[in-house]
Amino acid sequence: MPLMKTSLTLITLLLISFNFVPVATAGGTYQQPADFVNEVFDNTAPKPSVLWLKKDLKEQLSDILDHPYRGMRVRYWRQTDKDAARTAWILEETGKEKLITTGIVVNKGRIERVKVLIFRESRGWEVRHDFFTDQFKDAELQNNTQLNKHIDNISGATLSVRAVRKLAQIALLLDKTVQQK
Amino acid sequence: MKKVLLNKRPIARSLASAITLAFTAAMAQPAVAVTDEEFRELQEQFNHLADQVEENSQSSKSDTTIGGYGEMHYNHLSDDLGNSIRELDFHRFVLFVNHEFNDSIRFFSEFEIEHAIAGDGQNGEVEIEQAYVQFDLNGNTRANAGLFLVPVGILNETHEPPTFYGVERNPVEKYIIPTTWWEGGAMLSGNNPSGLSYDVALTSGLDGGTDIRKGRQKVSKANARNLAATGRVRYTGTRGLTLSGTAQYQDDMTQDSADDINSATLVELHARWAIADFTLTGLYARWDIDVADTAAAADKEKDVQSGAYLEASYKITPRWGVFARQNEWDNGGAGDTRETQTDFGINYWPHEDVVIKADYQVQNDIAGNFDGFNLGIGYQF
Repeated sequence: MPLMKTSLTLITLLLISFNFVPVATAGGTYQQPADFVNEVFDNTAPKPSVLWLKKDLKEQLSDILDHPYRGMRVRYWRQTDKDAARTAWILEETGKEKLITTGIVVNKGRIERVKVLIFRESRGWEVRHDFFTDQFKDAELQNNTQLNKHIDNISGATLSVRAVRKLAQIALLLDKTVQQK
Repeated sequence: MKKVLLNKRPIARSLASAITLAFTAAMAQPAVAVTDEEFRELQEQFNHLADQVEENSQSSKSDTTIGGYGEMHYNHLSDDLGNSIRELDFHRFVLFVNHEFNDSIRFFSEFEIEHAIAGDGQNGEVEIEQAYVQFDLNGNTRANAGLFLVPVGILNETHEPPTFYGVERNPVEKYIIPTTWWEGGAMLSGNNPSGLSYDVALTSGLDGGTDIRKGRQKVSKANARNLAATGRVRYTGTRGLTLSGTAQYQDDMTQDSADDINSATLVELHARWAIADFTLTGLYARWDIDVADTAAAADKEKDVQSGAYLEASYKITPRWGVFARQNEWDNGGAGDTRETQTDFGINYWPHEDVVIKADYQVQNDIAGNFDGFNLGIGYQF
C-alpha cells in the first residue's frame, strides 16, 4: 500500500512541523475564563459585579443576537482603583452548533482586547487567532448597537465570525450600561 | 444549534415560584433593619438562586445538540427547442445531531433527505453525509475518524443555504469536485497563529472510472481496495483574504487494477477576497485521470476534466445581497464539451439564518441551453 505509507509519512512531517505535542487537556480550551480575568487585571482581579438585565436592555441584546437572550444577569469585572472605565466580560454565543466562550475587555467605551477562550465547534476555529481578533481593537458602538468598524469574514468560518462579532457588540453595550450607573 | 433536553424548565419554574413566595412572605412581615453583612448575604443567596434558574433554563448547556438546514427550490427554465422545466422541489431537509462526550471528544452527524421522499421509484434519497468522532489532540491539532466531508472547494463543507449565493449550488463544484462529497476514513487537521491551516486525510475513494460524480460510493459498502489521500492547505491570515488549495491522489478510479482506468489526481484552488461589503471569489478544479491507450474512446476523452468560476457579490445592506457568477466546466467527451452558465441574482435574509433567493441563469447549448429563473427559500438553525 504505497499510498498509505506516503500518507503516514506526510502526517508525521506535518505533526512535527506544527509542533505537535500530545496532551491530555482539551484542545478547545485555550484559556480558562478565570485565568483570562486574572491576566487582564495583572493577577489582582476585582470581585465580579453583577448586572441585572432590565427588559429594555434584554431586548437590545436580543436584537444584536437575532434570537432571544435567555440570561437574567451578566457577571463582569470592573477595575476599581485607578481606572474605573475598564471592564472585562466573559460572554458566550453559539456559532454553528456549539457555544464559543469569549473574553472581552472594554476600556473607555472601546474594545481593548478580544480573546476566544473555549471553542467547541467542528470548524471555524481560525477565529481564535490574533489575525482575526485584532480587528476588534478600538471598535466602538455606533447607532447604539452597531460596531463602527467592519469585521472581515473568514471563509468557512462565517458563523463563528458572526458569533464573536455579536459578543463584541454586547460587551460594548453592557459596558456602556454599567458606566452610566 | 439548540440543546435538546430535558424537563429542566419545570425545575426553573419551581425555583422562580419559590423566589416569588419568599418575597411575598418577606413583604408580609413588618419592616426589619438589615445589617450590611446580612444584606450582602441575602444578595449572595439571591444570586445563587438566579444561577440555578439560569443554569436550568439554558438548554444550550446540554451535551447533545440538534440543528439542521433545508431548502426548497422552484425552477422556471426553457430551452430554444421548446422544452421547459417548471419544477418545485424540497431539495434538502437536513438534521444535525451532535454530542460532546467530554471537553476533547465530540461526535458530529448530518442526516439528509433529498427531494422530500425516498424509496423505490421515488426521486429522493436518505443519506448520512457526516458521522464522525473528533478528537482534540492539542490546541492546534484535531483528528476526525468516521464518515466526513472531503476537505475540498468552498461548498463541499459549508453548504447551508444562507451561506452562499444562488438558488442551486454552482455547477463547477457539483460536476467537477463533485460536491457534496463525503468519504470514510481518518483526517488530521491543524492550524497555527499565522493563519495557515492544513488537513490530511486517508479515505475511501471513488469507484466510477471517468464518471467522477457517479463514482461517489457514499461509504455504503464502499469498495476499499484502493484508498484516496487528500491534503489541503489554507491561508486566512490576511484580513478578508482566504487562499486554499487541495490535492487528492487516488490509486485506481475503478478499484480494479486489471482494467484500463488507473490512478487520478484532483487539484483544486480557490481564493476569496472580501473588501468591506464586496466579495470576489474564484475557484478552479481539475482532474487528471490515467487512462491507458487501450481504453475505450469514451474514457480516453474524459482523462482531463476541469472547471472554474468567478463570482462577485455585494452586500447592499445586512439583509440584501446581489451576485453575478460565470461558470465554465468540461467533463470531457467527444467534440466540444465546454459548458458554460452565467448566474446573477439576489439574496434576502429576513433573519440571518433564513434566506430567500432569486436568480437568473443563462446556459450555452452544451450545458443544455436552459435559461430562466430560479426561486428558493432556505434556512439553518
